[in-house]
Amino acid sequence: MNFIFFHITAASYLIATVIYIVYLFSHNDKVVKTANKILILSFLFHSITIISRGIEAGHFPFTNLHESLSIFSWMIVGVYLLVNARYHIAALGSFVSPLALLFLITASLLPKEIVPLVPQLESYWLYIHVPLAILGNAFFALSFLFGIMYLIQEHYLKSKKVGGLYFLLPSLDVLDELGYKFLTYGFPLLTIAMITGAIWSEYVWGSYWSWQPRQIWSLITWFLYAALLHGRLTVGWRGRKAAIYAIIGFMVLLGSFLIINLLSLGEHGFLR
Amino acid sequence: MNIIIVGLSHKTAPVEIREKLSFPADTIAESLKKLCGNYGINEGVIVSTCNRVEVFAVTPDIEKGLWQVKRFLSEYHNIPLFNDALDEHLYTFASEDAVKHLFRVAAGLDSMVLGEPQILGQMKDAYGYAIQHGAAGIIINKLFHKAFSVAKRIRTETKIGSSAVSISYAAVELAKKIFGAIENKTAMLVGAGEMAELAARHLLNNGVKEIMIANRSYERAVEMARAFNGAPIMFREFAHYLKKVDVVIVSTAAPKFIIHPEQIEETIKERKNKPMFFIDISVPRNIDPLINKIDNVYLYDIDDLQGVVAANIKERQSEVQDAENIIKEEIEKFYRWIKSLDVVPTIISLRKKFDEIKNEELNEALASLKDLSDEQKKTIEKMADAIAKKILHDPVTHLKKESNKVEGDFYIEAARKLFDLDKEEGQEIKEIKKG
Repeated sequence: MNFIFFHITAASYLIATVIYIVYLFSHNDKVVKTANKILILSFLFHSITIISRGIEAGHFPFTNLHESLSIFSWMIVGVYLLVNARYHIAALGSFVSPLALLFLITASLLPKEIVPLVPQLESYWLYIHVPLAILGNAFFALSFLFGIMYLIQEHYLKSKKVGGLYFLLPSLDVLDELGYKFLTYGFPLLTIAMITGAIWSEYVWGSYWSWQPRQIWSLITWFLYAALLHGRLTVGWRGRKAAIYAIIGFMVLLGSFLIINLLSLGEHGFLR
Repeated sequence: MNIIIVGLSHKTAPVEIREKLSFPADTIAESLKKLCGNYGINEGVIVSTCNRVEVFAVTPDIEKGLWQVKRFLSEYHNIPLFNDALDEHLYTFASEDAVKHLFRVAAGLDSMVLGEPQILGQMKDAYGYAIQHGAAGIIINKLFHKAFSVAKRIRTETKIGSSAVSISYAAVELAKKIFGAIENKTAMLVGAGEMAELAARHLLNNGVKEIMIANRSYERAVEMARAFNGAPIMFREFAHYLKKVDVVIVSTAAPKFIIHPEQIEETIKERKNKPMFFIDISVPRNIDPLINKIDNVYLYDIDDLQGVVAANIKERQSEVQDAENIIKEEIEKFYRWIKSLDVVPTIISLRKKFDEIKNEELNEALASLKDLSDEQKKTIEKMADAIAKKILHDPVTHLKKESNKVEGDFYIEAARKLFDLDKEEGQEIKEIKKG
């Protein structure tokens, strides 16, 4: 049952993505409105997928990479829908939708068996830690997308060849501001996720910090984002430099997220 | 009734012909009076701008009407229609094509600068004159109101008028793409010149908070500062103030660069990387193009701005199809309304309405009079029939008669309103009427 929902969701994201890409070429507002509607529909399908998976498994579905990726992309789309209601940045959907689709395709290639939760790992800290961590990641994903959009718009303005996306993308200032804003949302969540993760680790392993790859990598990510925030606040980093930094930060975050989960190392590997 | 247009524009006639045919505003009363009085035109509007002269008219006969309007143009301006080749420059439209042309003109689709908004204002003026001098009737009223709402719809639903097509305005647009809101930004104008001043003016109109003005002649700077409500600064000191401004417009007669990369690198550092936008309108250029390579610095010279304008025009072009689709949709709506003005459907719906009232009342009465014989019932039915028919007889006869006359549409419109006939045709016609 859950599989059918998963495939409907993926197909729906595919359709939305295609329409969003058509929008980039047609510049027609009706097109992007249609795409947004389909994305909302996809989001609903996606919610059903996750809920049905949870019911099937009998616990919150994040025990393997397939599930985590699915929730990750669900949160990105959810955050996008909120942003879209607030800021009306038409072209943003054309960046969010492909990313969500990519995550789902990756998830569909991974082992999908439902993994029972090891009883001794169950603790409500886990239920706080994982959703917060993924939500933080979703904010960083948005910051990453704004960084990409910034670089594209900046390229148009620097090269003086306006056209295409130049007309659809908002001003550099708006892109820079939003990129920063999502950074400031993501960073506290990442911090809290690390703390709750440590508490959970103490609860399960009897130690807050055990130099496991996941812990090391989240510390690296934390330092990267902390440096970026520091640079923005004190040295006046902005624009291109900040955008590139946000992109690198998310690449590191995504890379460690994928690789560590895939190699099933560390305490999360224990879940599989 | 038919809608026709005779006109010429920048596309069909050179300026020598256009100026000969123009109708100045101060004599428009006389022109409209002649058009509607001596040439058998029921309703008329004359639009006269530097790029076009168009006569919109309502006439009972298309061929005859077109010929009469042409005669009017030729006789009024004393230009022979054929020998001087006036006819060669004139285009004509009738019925749906005329409506389409009107909508396209109002939306700026037929303008030299695609999507420009001035024509709409000029058409509103022309329509105002027609109302004022009694040349506009029910069809012209409807038609022009519709044209204005179509133009507005196209302006809001497409991006036909959204990107700048002049150099000075393109500069403002770029500033907005860099800074987002420019309300709390400051600008500096170095030197003078028509285009630079126009750009500065546009920036101020779009909300730029403050403008500094530097000029080789300090008196001139003071003078300009007064005009722009800005602050004059000494020319040799302008570099010191750079770190305080976001937009710099340079237009001096200096034969060499007066702004250098090293200097701007320093400035940007002092500004904590807050972006700067330089506009170099001078020829030869006054700003070293290398500063564009510095992070958060954007430099546009006159050629770059021209490139932006060209791209914007191309972008507007891509909106034309959407605009045309809206026009097509609106023409259909308009014609549904026009059709409702035909006498035959009006009479049919009038009869239908009376029939319905009669049947409804009859059924109610017969239901309560159960003891009547069939014959008595028939008599009552006959009576009801006769009442309905006799009441309708005179209005229908007059409607038929008046509908062939000039003000016939007025009668039909009145009949439809009095008897609320449009309700049956659905809500849509009512909506159209509301405009």
